Amino acid sequence: MDYKVIIKDVLENNDIGPGDISECYGDEVRINATALNFKNICLGLHKINRSPVMMLFASDERAGRGVFVVTAVFMAAKYKKWFFVNMDVKKESPAFDSLSKEIYSATFFEREIKEMFGIEPKDHPDMRRLNLHDEVWPEGAYPLRKDFNAGAKSESAGAYEFKRIEGEGVFEVPVGPVHAGIIGPGHFRFSVAGEPIINLETRLGFTHRGVEKLMEGKDVPGAIRIAECVTGDSCFGHSLAFSHAVEKICGAKVPEGVLAARAIFLELERMYNHVADIGGIAIDVGFSFPSNHAAMIKETMLALNQKLTGSRYLKNINEIGGIKKNLSAEERSYLRKTLVQVLKDFKDLKTTLLDSVSFMDRADSTGVLRKKTAEDLGVVGLAARASGIPMDLRKDFPGIYDKIKFNLMKQDNGDALARLNVRLSEFEGSAGIIMQLLDKLDLQAVEPSGAKMSIKAGSALGYAEGWRGAILYWVKLNEEGIVERCKIVDPSFHNWAGLSFAVLGNIIPDFPLCNKSFNLSYPGNDL
Amino acid sequence: MLNIFRKRLSKGVVTRPLAGAGQVLPEGVEVLGEELKKEIYKKFGRSFHIREVDTGSCGGCESEIIATTNPIYDIQRFGIDFVASPRHADALLVTGPVSKNMVLALKKTYDAMPDPKFVITLGDCALNGGLFKDSYYTAKGANNVVPVAMHIPGCPPDPALIIRHILAFLHQYK
Ligand code: SF4
Repeated sequence: MDYKVIIKDVLENNDIGPGDISECYGDEVRINATALNFKNICLGLHKINRSPVMMLFASDERAGRGVFVVTAVFMAAKYKKWFFVNMDVKKESPAFDSLSKEIYSATFFEREIKEMFGIEPKDHPDMRRLNLHDEVWPEGAYPLRKDFNAGAKSESAGAYEFKRIEGEGVFEVPVGPVHAGIIGPGHFRFSVAGEPIINLETRLGFTHRGVEKLMEGKDVPGAIRIAECVTGDSCFGHSLAFSHAVEKICGAKVPEGVLAARAIFLELERMYNHVADIGGIAIDVGFSFPSNHAAMIKETMLALNQKLTGSRYLKNINEIGGIKKNLSAEERSYLRKTLVQVLKDFKDLKTTLLDSVSFMDRADSTGVLRKKTAEDLGVVGLAARASGIPMDLRKDFPGIYDKIKFNLMKQDNGDALARLNVRLSEFEGSAGIIMQLLDKLDLQAVEPSGAKMSIKAGSALGYAEGWRGAILYWVKLNEEGIVERCKIVDPSFHNWAGLSFAVLGNIIPDFPLCNKSFNLSYPGNDL
Repeated sequence: MLNIFRKRLSKGVVTRPLAGAGQVLPEGVEVLGEELKKEIYKKFGRSFHIREVDTGSCGGCESEIIATTNPIYDIQRFGIDFVASPRHADALLVTGPVSKNMVLALKKTYDAMPDPKFVITLGDCALNGGLFKDSYYTAKGANNVVPVAMHIPGCPPDPALIIRHILAFLHQYK
């Protein structure tokens, strides 16, 4: 059985012909839908692949073709394919049939399409804006339309309406946007009955900077700089996903040495973030010794990054087709040595945490995200794996990881402890991956100079399994190699809803712990 | 518990003398730090308290600010601390290009601080918007919203640089 069965299914159940389906780059299947069959095709792909809506976005093609285009992306992990469903939407009073009532994971994407393009998802249950806050942004100004005038002045379109939970003894606790710690801004509104949280409404968008608009009109090197600054804890993951898209478009054959070095950097990013979160989880239950211990390991990892790449956050090292600097033999052996030491320290950290009864008591069964809920919400990455969903792009679309032995770290309980455990195992797993990749690099006399290629026009999906989960970039370039449209999906965008469900029934003092166990990105979500 | 003591003893003191930690640091900052401790003691009544506000940063700057408090840099040894409320703060440390959505929150945080108060911007974004300067949704830097006394450049500035700048700022302060 292969992915053709899915194509067959689409053809059988919808009024389209084989000519409407095309394949490109070996991992993308593109289906041209119409306003009449778009929804049905999406529902079919969602069901047959058990895939959430991985991306759903619009592009403004009014200048060329006189229409808007709406695209939905599903993942067929089993067949290592991405399914795209494209639909033209007419430019006068643009609208399409909302998927949200049938597929929850489409909800936020559709709200975003509405606020950014003014395209109406018909029959959507919740049309409140996400990023362009009503208090400071007028009605009818759609930034991602090509004819949007950046000079639009700030004016208010009213106030945001929070969901109200009413009843005897129910009260609300609003928190944020400015929080007590050194952390991004977001607003949380808890409704509490007695002690347990019965509803959490999260209002984000406070770090919205208009990233996708800024990407437009940039050349490829300029765009990659922006990708690195989408979320500062995943600089490399984001630049990798972006470069992957461009390399697909341009047909670049990236040498294996480069792929290996990039995978090393991606794993280094995973390691420093995982250990920082492990420390964060400890401090959020008031256990400061291991948290300081973790901070020391993180600092060692950042210093290591600096030594290898010149940047503590692995910025400015990746470029299209290659990397800017190879890992020399001395650097490779230094990396090995440091990892051995780090793993030793990490073992102590792990023992301190797991041996502490009071710590385990706090983390165990706190903030449970059930598997079914996680699937419905379309949660991805680390949080999905902690809830029993075996999803990891390094396994599903392996690339260089095909040649490496490592286990997919899965837990079944979906609680804070499960998310901690996934991190604990992945930290060590990543070190193992790096060691194997180093062996590979040692064997080859690598001179991973960049791939030879020329810029072409086209569009493609780039992806990478960042430490939080799947980072997705859909990039469209014109003939001059200028970005026409770039849709970015950080895993946080999928996972924030997961946090809102995980906290239900927990008490507010456990919120920091629940929150940290997800540790989602504000800027990655808000763009 | 035993494990904790064992670890504590085997690790010893990890806090680095600043001169060694970041190559950017000139010799003698440590001494400067000691002097400043006395100055802070005099000028600010024992300690200098900072409230941090993220106005749309990518999080890189926050990561480095947090790193200044780790056992290796340990900014607290100079009497500088990060606090949870603007009411407790002498200075406001602002990161990010100031998203339109954060303009009001930034103003309110500033207004909530007691006098005398200073704003320090940190990171290229906070200076003038940095990479996000041409966006439709940023105020192009914090000084368009609140008066800024000092800037710490970088994307992000590393912890040693942050400490050095804060110390230098306090040194000038009369
Ligand atoms: S200055 Fe750089 S590191 Fe700091 S918030 Fe801006 S982009 Fe991020």
